[in-house]
Amino acid sequence: MFNVKELKKSILVSLWFMFLTFPIMVIKVNTIYGKVEWRWYRMALVGVGSFFLSFVWRALLRRKEMGLKKAEEGQEVKVPLTRKLISDKRFNRPALVVVCLFALLFPLVFSLYQVNIMTTALIYVVVGLGLNIVVGLAGLLDLGYVAFYAVGAYSYALLNYHFGLGFWTVLPIGAGLAMLFGILLGFPVLRLRGDYLAIVTLGFGEIIRIILENWNEFSFGPSGIANIPRPGFFGIQMNLHQVHIYIYYLMIGMTVFTIFVVRRLQDSRIGRAWMALREDEVACQAMGIDKTKTKLSAFALGATWAGMGGVVFAAKTTFINPASFTIWESIIILCIVVLGGMGSIVGVICGALVLILLPEYLRAFSEYRMLMFGAALIIMMVFRPGGIISDVRKVYHFEGLKEESKDL
Amino acid sequence: MDFGYFFELFLGGLTRGSIYALLALGYTMVYGIIELINFAHGEIYMIGAFTALIVTGVLTLMGWNKIAILILASLAAVVYSSAYGYTAEKIAYKPLRNAPRLSALISAIGVSLFLQNYVLLAQTSDFLPFPNLIPEFEFLKPVEDIVRSSEIVIYATTAVVMVALTILIKFTRIGKAMRATAQDQKMARLVGVDVDRVISITFIIGSATAALGGVLIASHIGQINFYIGFIAGIKAFVAAVLGGIGSMPGAVLGSLVLGWTESFFTGYISSDYEDVFAFIFLVLILIFRPSGILGRKDTDKV
Amino acid sequence: MSPALEVSNLTMDFGGLRALDSIDLTVNHGEIVALIGPNGAGKTTFFNCITGIYNPTAGDMRLVSPEGKAVRINGLKPNQVTENGMARTFQNIRLFQNMTVLENVMIGRHCRLRAGIPGAVFRPPRVRKEESRLIEDSYRMLQKVGLEKYVNEFAKNLPYGAQRRLEIARAMATEPFILLLDEPAAGMNTQETKELDELILRIRNEEGICILLIEHDMKLVMSLSDRIYVVDYGRKIAEGTPGQIKNDPAVIKAYLGEDIDA
Repeated sequence: MFNVKELKKSILVSLWFMFLTFPIMVIKVNTIYGKVEWRWYRMALVGVGSFFLSFVWRALLRRKEMGLKKAEEGQEVKVPLTRKLISDKRFNRPALVVVCLFALLFPLVFSLYQVNIMTTALIYVVVGLGLNIVVGLAGLLDLGYVAFYAVGAYSYALLNYHFGLGFWTVLPIGAGLAMLFGILLGFPVLRLRGDYLAIVTLGFGEIIRIILENWNEFSFGPSGIANIPRPGFFGIQMNLHQVHIYIYYLMIGMTVFTIFVVRRLQDSRIGRAWMALREDEVACQAMGIDKTKTKLSAFALGATWAGMGGVVFAAKTTFINPASFTIWESIIILCIVVLGGMGSIVGVICGALVLILLPEYLRAFSEYRMLMFGAALIIMMVFRPGGIISDVRKVYHFEGLKEESKDL
Repeated sequence: MDFGYFFELFLGGLTRGSIYALLALGYTMVYGIIELINFAHGEIYMIGAFTALIVTGVLTLMGWNKIAILILASLAAVVYSSAYGYTAEKIAYKPLRNAPRLSALISAIGVSLFLQNYVLLAQTSDFLPFPNLIPEFEFLKPVEDIVRSSEIVIYATTAVVMVALTILIKFTRIGKAMRATAQDQKMARLVGVDVDRVISITFIIGSATAALGGVLIASHIGQINFYIGFIAGIKAFVAAVLGGIGSMPGAVLGSLVLGWTESFFTGYISSDYEDVFAFIFLVLILIFRPSGILGRKDTDKV
Repeated sequence: MSPALEVSNLTMDFGGLRALDSIDLTVNHGEIVALIGPNGAGKTTFFNCITGIYNPTAGDMRLVSPEGKAVRINGLKPNQVTENGMARTFQNIRLFQNMTVLENVMIGRHCRLRAGIPGAVFRPPRVRKEESRLIEDSYRMLQKVGLEKYVNEFAKNLPYGAQRRLEIARAMATEPFILLLDEPAAGMNTQETKELDELILRIRNEEGICILLIEHDMKLVMSLSDRIYVVDYGRKIAEGTPGQIKNDPAVIKAYLGEDIDA
């Protein structure tokens, strides 16, 4: 592998990147003091880094091509380890028990700080699973997802501010309002082709954000809304510590609920219709599936989950402003779905945990968070479009059926 | 009605529109050929502006004269933007040539996110002042309240670029190859067009135009930061779609229409919702006339 | 014999191009009818018009179920056409690649079932029953076309001939009374074509589904069809039994002539 030709290629790549990054990486002009800073060491770093990365890149590309060729020749494609583990009962049952125990005992073992971070991660798991319905199952690229999240958050904040409504009252209202918005937006735009849909939803997300920023009488503008009450528990007074742990368990409950619902949807008539829509729209319609209705149901359901997540988000942080709902928030959620594996529940959960927890714990890394997300999106699309953990298709109670049909 | 104010808004819209056009041309070219919404196109423009700023800064400190700086800075911007566009295509889009459209779009979003944060980390997150590189023309002295010389340069550049690109596409060999690739990649390959090369060149030309836009707008407005590419990119996309994506004259027409409507809207109604307006425009066009003003209607082959 | 599909005066313009020019066509219950013609004659356009993918410029299209219920299908969406009892396959295979063979067939039954989102989440007994019947029926459908050994395979991993059969199974799962097949034998070898011939006959004889097919394999067309329609340049140039078509001078000139010589 390390022959002269490869070496030459890598050297060329390395030279190219040194040239490419030269002005922006190396030179920094301070126009006020009239000084130029030359940071040559960075060029060396880029050179060495790209030299080695180019080897890895090409090796990965080769591996991918081999995989494709194998599939084309109809050879047995190796089942990836992760998929094997997930579908193996001997592994997944005990693993599930361990994960559940860990989740339940988490606040007893770790500090409040950790619990808070975990709660945030769980909110992302829930909205990620919601977006997964739209992007992963139905194949509709929604870049304005955060708008529905904002609808949820603002419904709680505003309904509480004006009418004093509590968390548990607003949770269904927020979800319902988000769903309503989903349907309202969905009606006109769902006729559009995939990439246009992405841009229109992006536009919609930005519209909502800009309105929130400028319509002071309604949303209090950029300064946002503070002092949003945390959720109550049958009127029992709780101290700050207890409330945080309470919210944590609430999120665990919501996550379990979400997983339950999404799982059932996946293996249902509607879920199959979503996937069919993702695979081939024309054939899907020829099978008697109402395209608009099916898309709308996915879109509205995804929005509902975003709305719920938004309500919890507002209740947890007790303060919201439009800056929390930028397009990049949508893209982070998209990253979670894409990185974890479109259509796969376990994948989305892993994706959310990795993307949210990693920057929290590796502080040095957090500065590079968005840079890494960008790189991750590209790398995943190029090498593993299926995500870390790709979708496992259900094997329909098939053994039993075989015997049944033999009797016929 | 105050005619002077109207005229000012008209020229303001023309300036906006011309800048959008420089970006929209790149969008429309790339879309025409590989049907990819090059989400990172705005970032390429931003990189052009940054490169120009860095070169200007260094040369100014070295005491070069203004015209030389303008030329060298623009040249550097064009070269580097093209290089970034070329590299992004090779890394993030080429391996996805046969993948579903959405995969390539997600990859493009990745490129956009990456480049923004790359500049943010390597340079700064603050707004940087950008010197006005364009000399004040003597003959404009009497009307300098209404139109600045940088605006004249912007109009002229856009017009020249548009004409040059039209000639390139209509009359040259590479233009013919581009049109063939846009029609049918497989067939183009069969008749001996080097499709990869054509696509690379498309990206390079598109990026170079974006870089010109970057330099011009930065020196017109007087400041830049890492985020300027995003909104500009989206608006250029709106313009391209408005005109009919894939069509060159359409891109320019769409850009001017968007520039004028934005300018009059903010001038007469409200400037708070300037960006909302562009997005509402986008949503409406895509819903009611997805093929744009000058675009062809494409039918899905069954 | 009563008609299942009646098309009269069907015309389709694309811009200035007339792709179909007042075509009349009838398929009766219990019949196998073929639609033939040179490449680009407008056959697939015809299918796309009657299945609601294109909206024809003029003409009248009616479906009449075996019970005698007639529905005008002009302007209906593709899914509504399917609901009314006409199913189709595609010339360039359009399976749901990343779903299993069984799931592909299950989707075919979509419009005959009712379970919605609440049903999916709460799974009342009614939905459970519906689901298990669906799995059973889909499996039986796969047995009918001889694909049961692939049940849990991804559709994209199937051999070519099997993919074509799966398309037929999927279309059959929508419970049609008329089935449109767009070049079902394209790309098949002799053995596969023979099996397809048997399958189509079985569908007609055992399921009582009438069939309209587009096909270039003349041997298949001649052996299967009760009647044949010939189109060229969007115009119907002949119709009749295989025997009549074989000897029709217009047809020979337009189409068959070249084929027989070849």
